[in-house]
Amino acid sequence: MLRVIGKRIALLIPTLFGLSVLLFLWVRSLPGGPATALLGEKATPEAVARVNELYGFDRPLLTQYFTYIGKLLQGDFGVSINTGRPVLEEFATRFPATVELTIVALIFAIGIGVPLGYAAARHYGRFVDHSSVVLSLIGITVPVFFLAFIFKYLFAIQWSILPPDGRQNPRINATHFTDFYVLDGLLTGEWDAAWDAFLHLILPGLALGTIPLAIIVRITRASVLETQNADYVRTARAKGLMERTIRGRFILRNAMLPVVTTIGLQLGLLISGAVLTETVFAFNGIGRFLRDAIFGLDYPVLQGFIIFIAILYAIINLLVDISYSIIDPRVRVQ
Amino acid sequence: MSAILPPAVGGSAAPTDPAIETGGGTGLWKDAFLRLRRNPQAIAGAVIIGLFLLVALLAPILAPYGGNELPGRTEITPTTIPGPGEIGGYPLGLDRFGGDLLSKLIWGAQASLLIGVVSTALGLAGGMLLGVLAGGFGGWVDNVIMRFVDILLSVPNLLLAVSIAAILGQSPYAIMIAIGVSQIPIFARLLRSSMLSQRGSDYILAAQTLGLSRGTITMSHLLPNSMGPVIVQATLTLATAVIDAAALSFLGLGGGLPQAAEWGRMLTYAQAELSIAPQLAFLPGACIAITALGFTLLGESLREALDPKTRQK
Repeated sequence: MLRVIGKRIALLIPTLFGLSVLLFLWVRSLPGGPATALLGEKATPEAVARVNELYGFDRPLLTQYFTYIGKLLQGDFGVSINTGRPVLEEFATRFPATVELTIVALIFAIGIGVPLGYAAARHYGRFVDHSSVVLSLIGITVPVFFLAFIFKYLFAIQWSILPPDGRQNPRINATHFTDFYVLDGLLTGEWDAAWDAFLHLILPGLALGTIPLAIIVRITRASVLETQNADYVRTARAKGLMERTIRGRFILRNAMLPVVTTIGLQLGLLISGAVLTETVFAFNGIGRFLRDAIFGLDYPVLQGFIIFIAILYAIINLLVDISYSIIDPRVRVQ
Repeated sequence: MSAILPPAVGGSAAPTDPAIETGGGTGLWKDAFLRLRRNPQAIAGAVIIGLFLLVALLAPILAPYGGNELPGRTEITPTTIPGPGEIGGYPLGLDRFGGDLLSKLIWGAQASLLIGVVSTALGLAGGMLLGVLAGGFGGWVDNVIMRFVDILLSVPNLLLAVSIAAILGQSPYAIMIAIGVSQIPIFARLLRSSMLSQRGSDYILAAQTLGLSRGTITMSHLLPNSMGPVIVQATLTLATAVIDAAALSFLGLGGGLPQAAEWGRMLTYAQAELSIAPQLAFLPGACIAITALGFTLLGESLREALDPKTRQK
């Protein structure tokens, strides 16, 4: 197991190295160069010259690259142009919001997707099956930001049963020390704060979770359909095993492998979707911060964000691989 | 939605080989077409795409007003935006700028078609070039190209497109290039794996025995027989491209006037008026979803039709 993890990390290094080279060259190929990227478009020539000297942008490219990668390895992602604070610090305060949102979306997608896909396969060709196919097709083709609008309009504006935007009602004087608002509320015993933060998560969470839900339903359905006709299932039936054992240990467990892969792949989609969902719901997470960075041409933030996401994505994929060996002992042997 | 597809083309029926088709049986593509015609899902997809194409191409004739025109500028105030049928001459009402919603939806089809087709063509061309080099030559070429593809894949697709568009600056071309580049990895990988699976086939061995050059084998034998999954993916990618293009312009990328007739952009400016004029968000959103649905339906039926496993003999 450790060897597998080690090998995966070793494989990751050249990819991240390549990404860092691309990003390095990107900022240096900008019109006006990296000084303009740091100071913004309206910088005076004097200021540009000063920054060039200060940061060593006038030195040879190779020297610059080593300085850059050295800082990166120490966790120094630079300073945001828009806020003037270190990029990593900005991420740290906003990331918990996005994680909370993603967790709600994932719970929704897996919690409904897997049972629904399973039910569709068990009742193949019947009503549950047909409706799950149609619903998942709709889920895949509706853009996440449009879905966010629909939910916001129906639940927050028309029926006013859920809050339309933000992370928490500002009138609630809640204590925050982890920046996970729901968790903060639970830890401090401020139940109303936790509940309010949770209510704010529902709409964006549902909107964000719908596309992964649609995909999980499809994969689960296809996978269970394939597994339930496998020879070993027939053998298990012939042996007279209990139906519950057959379904749980033979069909579901074997059918889960592609589903787990898919869930891992969905996390990339969720991070992208969070940028759009957070925009609609004015949800102050990393996605919304990124959007402001795009508008303000905040290159240190964009650059840091891409590397950050690449590392995160790689860790997630690694976790997916590890979870294989928990579900499927055969992987462990290989 | 970027599932790696199994290679759909069986070694037995080469689509470009007329010798097999004259042998009495139906060729793979002809067979696929016949099956598509019998599939209601495929027909639904084709009808949607047909309508979309018609509206996009005939936009100058169909739309009452130009895409950037603001004919109803004087009819709107910050608190009142005339809805569908509320004032004559504007069947779907106006938007916050005073533009005719119907006209903008029609011109939006044209913008979406243009971005979708150009970006997918770019992604397809780039991906095929890399895929052919990697799958046809193997060895270190394959290694270098696939590591590059890995780098592109290390960032989620849409975020890659967002980053590239942000670098390229505010122009509609930036969106096309950004979405095109973000699609390169999937096409490159797909074509490469499809070619690798064809490489061991008997007809390749036969071509090698005949003494054909590597270039000839790659270009006229390996490539045509590996295209099935790539074409399916291209159809599905058109759906993703339409959605991604809307997402990028929703985020404010792509430049142009704020009132530009672009479905994603229309949603951006519908946010503030969601409570008084929800149609400004719902109609462009529905257009994006229906167009994406059309391409998805057609792409999936095509995948089924080309799959040798479900092919009837």
